[in-house]
Amino acid sequence: MDKSITLPPDEIFRNLENAKRFAIDIGGSLTKLAYYSNVQHKVAKVRSFEHGAEASSDKLYEISVQEEVTPRLHFIKFENAYIETCLDFIRDHLVNTGTKVIKATGGGAHKFKELIERKLGLRVDKEDEMTCLIRGCNFVLRNIPHEAFVYAKHADSEFRFQTTDPDIFPYLLVNIGSGVSIVKVESEDKFERIGGSSIGGGTFWGLGALLTKTKRFDELLQLASKGQHASVDMLVKDIYGGSYGSLGMTGDLIASSFGKSATADKAFSKEDMAKSLLHMISNDIGQLACLYAKLHNLTRVYFGGFFIRGHPVTMHTITYSINFFTKGEVQALFLRHEGYLGAIGAFLKGAEEDNPNQYSWGENYAGSSGLMSVSPDMNPMQRARSGTFDMLEMDRLERQLVNLPLLQDPSSYIPDTMDLTEDAVAREYWLSCFEEALDGVVKRAVASQPDIPEAIERAEKFRQKYRHKLQTLRHQPFAYGSLTVRSLLDTREHCLNEFNFPDPYSKIKQRENDMATKYYQKAVMSLDQLSWEQRQFALVRGVLAGNVFDWGAKAVSDVLESDPEFGFEQAKQQLEERPWLIDSYDQWLERLKGPPHKCALFFVDNSGVDIILGVIPFVRELLSRGTEVVLASNSGPALNDVTNGELQILTERIAAMDPVIQSALTEDRLTLVQSGSSSPCLDLSRLDKVLAQVVRERKTDLVIIEGMGRAIHTNYYARLSCESLKMAVIKNSWLADRLGGKLFSVVFKYEVPAGKATSPDSAPLSPL
Amino acid sequence: MDIGGTLVKLVYFEPKDITAEEEQEEVENLKSIRRYLTSNTAYGKTGIRDVHLELQDLTLCGRTGNLHFIRFPTHDLPAFLQMGRSKHFSSLHTTLCATGGGAYKFESDFRTMADLQLHKLDELDCLIRGVLYIDSVVSSGPSECYYFENPTDPDHCVQKPYTLENPYPLLLVNIGSGVSILAVYSENNYKRVTGTSLGGGTFLGLCCLLTECSSFEEALEMASQGESTRVDKLVRDIYGGDYERFGLPGWAVASSFGNMMSKEKRESVSKADLARATLVSITNNIGSITRMCALNENIERVVFVGNFLRVNTLSMKLLAYAMDYWSKGQLKALFLRHEGYFGAVGALLELLHPS
Repeated sequence: MDKSITLPPDEIFRNLENAKRFAIDIGGSLTKLAYYSNVQHKVAKVRSFEHGAEASSDKLYEISVQEEVTPRLHFIKFENAYIETCLDFIRDHLVNTGTKVIKATGGGAHKFKELIERKLGLRVDKEDEMTCLIRGCNFVLRNIPHEAFVYAKHADSEFRFQTTDPDIFPYLLVNIGSGVSIVKVESEDKFERIGGSSIGGGTFWGLGALLTKTKRFDELLQLASKGQHASVDMLVKDIYGGSYGSLGMTGDLIASSFGKSATADKAFSKEDMAKSLLHMISNDIGQLACLYAKLHNLTRVYFGGFFIRGHPVTMHTITYSINFFTKGEVQALFLRHEGYLGAIGAFLKGAEEDNPNQYSWGENYAGSSGLMSVSPDMNPMQRARSGTFDMLEMDRLERQLVNLPLLQDPSSYIPDTMDLTEDAVAREYWLSCFEEALDGVVKRAVASQPDIPEAIERAEKFRQKYRHKLQTLRHQPFAYGSLTVRSLLDTREHCLNEFNFPDPYSKIKQRENDMATKYYQKAVMSLDQLSWEQRQFALVRGVLAGNVFDWGAKAVSDVLESDPEFGFEQAKQQLEERPWLIDSYDQWLERLKGPPHKCALFFVDNSGVDIILGVIPFVRELLSRGTEVVLASNSGPALNDVTNGELQILTERIAAMDPVIQSALTEDRLTLVQSGSSSPCLDLSRLDKVLAQVVRERKTDLVIIEGMGRAIHTNYYARLSCESLKMAVIKNSWLADRLGGKLFSVVFKYEVPAGKATSPDSAPLSPL
Repeated sequence: MDIGGTLVKLVYFEPKDITAEEEQEEVENLKSIRRYLTSNTAYGKTGIRDVHLELQDLTLCGRTGNLHFIRFPTHDLPAFLQMGRSKHFSSLHTTLCATGGGAYKFESDFRTMADLQLHKLDELDCLIRGVLYIDSVVSSGPSECYYFENPTDPDHCVQKPYTLENPYPLLLVNIGSGVSILAVYSENNYKRVTGTSLGGGTFLGLCCLLTECSSFEEALEMASQGESTRVDKLVRDIYGGDYERFGLPGWAVASSFGNMMSKEKRESVSKADLARATLVSITNNIGSITRMCALNENIERVVFVGNFLRVNTLSMKLLAYAMDYWSKGQLKALFLRHEGYFGAVGALLELLHPS
């Protein structure tokens, strides 16, 4: 072992001084270390001024930055050669941890037991490998939305991420280590090894080493990827001269693996033999997996183990085999964090008293390496990466997240409208767009902390980090699951948080909220003077015009920056005239002439004019009609989106001016809930549990989603089991162009689920 | 004949009730062919007549005679055709019924080289018909069908005759170069459930590469002297004993060739060990796929046929063991003496009762 290896401490083993609870999974060549830490970070909080102080200030509320602690799970993967160096590093940096035990799993655990105990002074406590694997698998499937993918070698995007059914059970896990274990998992604690095979990764490696005199596993795979199996295998056409028509077997099918090498007088190339061996083993495993899946009537089959571990070659052959043997009925599924399952499971075993499964966890994009291709052919950069460290960080979310109960089909719901992993043109546009916007974000971050000189330095680090992420995504768009506008936005928020810029827009939001509140009464009064029908249209236009005020959209932030007087009335002028790009206003108006909705759930967007002059008057009208309203806003800050904390204060203040709002609040007809999210977009499959409960209790029959992030980048195609209204102004000319509109085009999409049509002429809307 | 990927199987019916008149009328060619086939037990360098399988005093089509079983490697087919040409097979006004892939692949060679027209037949149809026929006509001598009693106890594992009456449903596993698994519900109702490319050809092919042997017999001989546990990684090599959590006994193979990942172990094994490990892996894998098919198809009786099992008691006992052990006695492995010849027999029957 090379002790001279120096570790980049900023990058790996982060927050080690606060670490507690360790687990380690030592495999044949890689070690995976897990620990739990409490991360101190800054959060922006808002607090209403005392009523007495009200007169002395123009402001509605004060902003304070507080320290908060978030539990985080760290997982680090490195080559076994680094173990000693890593253990030394941990020993040197670990501060007063109460930990006495380290949970260990994996075949190599016993080999390094003594070393770990000596270096760390922790007792090594061995856990069953398979149990750890399953625990880990359940954990990632439950907490990482794009964990599973199918592999398609020749598609535009080789990795096609799957929406995970909220009910992850039952499934089959086929673990291909040196042998193969086939495990049926029925619930968190109930799983059974229903079968297996001795022909596995060890057979490929062992037999491959004998046949080709090549020692390393990945070199064997490399050989195989260059070989031609037909020179070694006996194909159907070698026996039949063509296909075996009556059985539908094509001539290229392998009739007998290594059938042509049954002769002493011919030499075969290493590449060809390795390829034949790879096919033989992959097909065999695939066949057995299919037989077991059929016997147990299971369609979700995940593959893992060192034979798979991100190798495009083996993922391809296994995929091919499964497809062949099930005639396409079952798809082979792979996992982004497959290599971490054992470590995650071992860690969870040791952390049972903290009940980690009681919480929702989210992948921290800022601190996770993401999926890398390990094929040297596919990505030459990758060779250089081996020998370095791969990381995964999971943050404990404050709220437990569940599905919106009103999703029509949760198992097929995909939040994102555009998959940038597959759409290369869109990917290029958005990556460049985010790169160009980076200067502005850095400037904003610095401006949000004017009294802290080192903010400039931190903002610069943020810039480097985010730019690096963008570069990674350019080469490996699949690194964090499907690449989407949402994931790009979320990654930026994670990176900002990482460098202690919890809410760069706090001051802008504050100023805009103050300003807009002043106009509230006037706005409501002028609406009240309109006729019913005029008022309905004015309210919709109000929401749309309000939505133009958005610091998140580059086209608008440029206007806002250069023209601070850009007012509400001007925004209305900018709006597209009807008919809008997507226009079902007539149907909406017809619907309003009917009976009131029981309860409307409104996902709000921006602070300031948007929420105060656009959304609240609209909500006020719903309340007047006798509809209860639930306002759902972000739990944490994202861009200039209004947060739940801010919205609490704003509604109180408005209630003080407006008896309609006041009585609705008192009578609990107007309720504020948090979405559970800190994203400018909206994933309806990961929402606050309380929100879901309120939605169910109040028998919500209308969902309103506002804004580009929530209604266009995401949820444009979302199908709900009740009426829904999606309102947004397109504030990006490229996207407008894509959708066949222009800058400031309006999307007003009112939908009634099939079979629930309230008026006969609610025509289907044109698709995006 | 049945022309497979590795071997050509030929069955020949020799009428023994030829009258003096018939004898006189018979053309000289036919006599000479009959004499050639029946007076030799080996033909050229590679052709062999399995004398121990010969069925005597058989009545076929109203004639009584002997049924002969002959095999030679598929790569020697040109020599066979050459012989057919020199012995003027084509002058006999006979039809040559052929099955197996080679019936298609070499059809034009038969025509051009030996002026013979092939009547091609589906190999799985022939296989089933052949199995049922042979089982029905063998009444004296050693039983056609047999099994191993006490398969999990090596000291008391003995071959016992078995009567295949009411054979359906039946899983028929044909292990030639590759493997086909058929579920048979009646003589005319069967389906190919699946197959695997890991078959006899794989065993021999890998043995040739690993041990430089050159024949099936040689490979089997080596395997009989080797020890697979030096090559394979067993459950006990990983867990120190049984893996109780999952009911895996310590002696079970966890990873075939798994020990060969280590350089030291690669250097310490013999060719015989490698041949044995190859045999065990291929055989157990066939056993495991078969068992899954039996479960999926809900069939309890499995008949193993095909030339991989010829003189291969090692594999037969392994299959008998695997079926019994992993099914907890639910599955029975059956074997047939005429192992690899059923396709050819089925083709011959076509000649007598064209379907």
